[in-house]
Amino acid sequence: MFKVLFDLLRYNREFLLGTLLILIILALIACSFFAPYGENDIYVVIPDMPPSAEHWLGTNSRGQEIFWQLSISMRNTLMFGVVVAAISRVIAIVVGLVSGYIGGRTDQIIMAVNDTLGALPNIPILLLLVFVLRDQMTWPVLALTAALLGWTHDSRLIRSVALSLRTREFTRHAAFSGMRTGQILFREHLPYVMPIVFFTTMNNLIWAIGLEVTLSILGFSDINRPTIGGMIYWANAHSAMVAGIWWWIAVPMIFVVILFLGLFLLAMSVNEYIDPRSRLARMGA
Amino acid sequence: MNGYLTYVAKRFGQFIFVVVTGVTLAFLIAHFSPVDPIEQTVSLLTNFGSTDPRSVEILRQSLRELYGTDGSLLEQYLTFWGRVIRGDFGPSLSAFPTPVMTIISRALPWTVGLLTLATIISWVLGNTLGAIAGYFRNNRAMKVVGVLVMAMQPIPTYITGLTLVIVFGFLWPILPISGGAQLNLDPAMTWTYIQSVITHGTLPALTLVLVGMGGWFIAMRSLVSNIVTDDYVVYAELGGVPSRTIFSQYVARNAMLPQITGLALSLGNVFGGAVIVEFIFNYPGIGKLMVAGIYAGDYSLVLGVTTISIIAVAAAVFLIDILYPLIDPRVKLG
Amino acid sequence: MMNATLAPERPATTAPVDVLTIKDLKAYYINEHFGVRREVRAVDGIDLTVRRNEVYGIAGESSSGKTSLIKTLAGAIRPPMRVVEGSVKFDFGGKHIDVYGEPAKMQAARWQHLSYIMQGSMSVLNPVRRIKHAFNNFAYRHMGLDATAFRRRVESHLDRLGLDASVLEAFPHQLSGGMRQRVTIALATVCEPEFIIADEPTTALDVLVQQDVLGLIKEVQGRLGSSVVFVTHDMSVHAAITDRLAIMYAGRLAEEGPTQALFDRPQHPYTAHLIASLPRIGDVSTRKSLAGKPPSLANPPSGCRFHPRCPIAIERCSKEVPQMLPSATGGRVACFRAGEVSMQ
Repeated sequence: MFKVLFDLLRYNREFLLGTLLILIILALIACSFFAPYGENDIYVVIPDMPPSAEHWLGTNSRGQEIFWQLSISMRNTLMFGVVVAAISRVIAIVVGLVSGYIGGRTDQIIMAVNDTLGALPNIPILLLLVFVLRDQMTWPVLALTAALLGWTHDSRLIRSVALSLRTREFTRHAAFSGMRTGQILFREHLPYVMPIVFFTTMNNLIWAIGLEVTLSILGFSDINRPTIGGMIYWANAHSAMVAGIWWWIAVPMIFVVILFLGLFLLAMSVNEYIDPRSRLARMGA
Repeated sequence: MNGYLTYVAKRFGQFIFVVVTGVTLAFLIAHFSPVDPIEQTVSLLTNFGSTDPRSVEILRQSLRELYGTDGSLLEQYLTFWGRVIRGDFGPSLSAFPTPVMTIISRALPWTVGLLTLATIISWVLGNTLGAIAGYFRNNRAMKVVGVLVMAMQPIPTYITGLTLVIVFGFLWPILPISGGAQLNLDPAMTWTYIQSVITHGTLPALTLVLVGMGGWFIAMRSLVSNIVTDDYVVYAELGGVPSRTIFSQYVARNAMLPQITGLALSLGNVFGGAVIVEFIFNYPGIGKLMVAGIYAGDYSLVLGVTTISIIAVAAAVFLIDILYPLIDPRVKLG
Repeated sequence: MMNATLAPERPATTAPVDVLTIKDLKAYYINEHFGVRREVRAVDGIDLTVRRNEVYGIAGESSSGKTSLIKTLAGAIRPPMRVVEGSVKFDFGGKHIDVYGEPAKMQAARWQHLSYIMQGSMSVLNPVRRIKHAFNNFAYRHMGLDATAFRRRVESHLDRLGLDASVLEAFPHQLSGGMRQRVTIALATVCEPEFIIADEPTTALDVLVQQDVLGLIKEVQGRLGSSVVFVTHDMSVHAAITDRLAIMYAGRLAEEGPTQALFDRPQHPYTAHLIASLPRIGDVSTRKSLAGKPPSLANPPSGCRFHPRCPIAIERCSKEVPQMLPSATGGRVACFRAGEVSMQ
């Protein structure tokens, strides 16, 4: 496992770059624990100061230091993404492995339900829920809802691998030696789908964070909990672009791109590592 | 042909299944809302004064049926379905007393037009470039295109849209950045009006194309680089079949098929992208309508838009599904 | 090229001309992944010639390099495989082509002079196009006919091979495995090429269809007077169809000679083993299998590559590489103890 990571870092430029970008984000998040101000304190510094030696990323119209806002927002946003990804991973893995292992009619039914849920447009349903719940739509509720909507595509991927594992010799051995189905799935099959799980986790994080940013920009999330989308929302609410306080809106945009690019590069390079054919093509080139 | 009809019937069954699931979900979400929408809405409305009691009663009635306060849960559910089937979501609060359905049908063509065009362009462009990049792996220009697409792919819709607004609205103001057409023009089939619709649609469509293209490009490139090692491609190369024929009729044609399935699967997400794009460009489609409905606390409108968008996405998926066997001869019909 | 003056009364076309000449051919897979260079010597120094109007068999185990050899001679290798040394030259009735010296000429000659019947012919036809498009794509430009005449030509060719013209309108998945193999044979022979490569064309078929397909290949070959290189691991197929036979082991030739003589008096212990492992009617003794596995081509044994498994190996075999020398049966063999082989 560590050998694989080490090799990837050494020989795969995309993986290296992705890791560096994510490290930047993690370092930024680590700073949030040393913030001199509370996350919702306003008018603690002079408002509307451009980036300078004193205020690295400038200050906003609400009298907040953008650097500290950014670091706490990044922490909250990533936290949201991780929670969504974690819950939806559990669902996707269980549905995918079980459906693929059982196969036949059950598999068909599970996949029909899977595809039905996948065909529903997420955003309108989420917006409706946001609308009726109003203030009771806290971020854990939103995360849970997003997780419930965001696993169908990945469970299909996992299922296709599980389907091919089902007929393999070692599965039969395990079944004959009296292992229970749960044990077979967990001990024998799970390791095989882990690379795909990693790949889909990166993509799911991108999707979930994108969702959070979208909802926050529209003003549909808890505005008292600083997030990347929330920063852009407040900047828009104060017409930052028109007022010329460009750093207020540019900083969260740049960092969300860094985060997405990092996750995306990790997903792509791991995908290439999983798929031996694209590896072969790389060697031939 | 008979087999094809059976196939269509099966797909239609799936379409109905998706619609029923989606509409039921919308009903349940609305029904278990912790706030009482009816009195809240009516009080909001009467606060404005100037409304006659009869239309208020119509609003109260439609909300009662949509959100359900009369009868058992099942009765409420059936009444709700009656409303959905008749396409009657009652009057809108924010544009009282215009029926919600009138507002939606005014906005729907904008969204359908924008999304259809943008989706087709991004699908065709992404797949064409991806196929070329996958087939001519060592081509310098395609490598550059590949890096550009890879770098652009993870940028969120909002940022792409806002960047276009800044570039084409402020730095180099050549395109309108707000609305669906010039406001003082009459919507008619005149050249000026059509031109106005096209220029207003350019930036929203460009945003959707830039955001959507990368996924198709990457998937297509990897599909193609797998297909070039398949037996029938190797065999055609051994047969001296011209590489242009191999590329178009062997490689691209086969690689295209999973991408069509992918298109059907992606439509739900495409619709989500439209909400934010319509918000940025103030585009008069149903995404903007939904956001405006939420801001205004317009229950009937929000529920109507959600229901209609679920049905519209399912219908689009159904359409792609029934066209698919015309392209792939191996689909088991019947 | 040699007998035209000696026998002027015979038409030039029947002279035993070498259609294919391979000289000291070496083709390796060269991988460099994660900084480690790996060489797989799939084809490692092969000389052979294929004459006009003969079926030349190549036999060997699955990792013997026989598929790599025919890929190399067809000019069909892609990276990471590379020709390191040697040459492959064709002589199509006076038209000389150096496969690795003149790639454009080789490309133009494909299907007109050189065609291919591939292993796994289940999947060699484009799954989403009708069969007629395969004929159009592969053969049309070589025929110099208009569309109607071409279609008529294809239909009569199919008819001679016992196929109905309706297969042209079918998709590959609508045909049975045997039908598909017949279609690919029809496709490979429609231009009446001088040289046909047949790579395990019967492996995935059931026995009855196998007989049928072998008969068809032999018949078409006889009619066209083409040369066929026939590759399979199945010695009984070689016995049935080939005129001369080459035995490959670990990327090199072990023995070559007229098929009948090779079966009667194998000169190489590996040939003897392959023949001995064939089942024979009335023989109830257990087949003796060779100890060990075929060697890794990335790290082959020293000297004769067969020595670790050879029942009669001597010390010299592990130190020197035996050369291909004329053998007692009129062929060639690479063994220091050639002729001392006994068929128990």
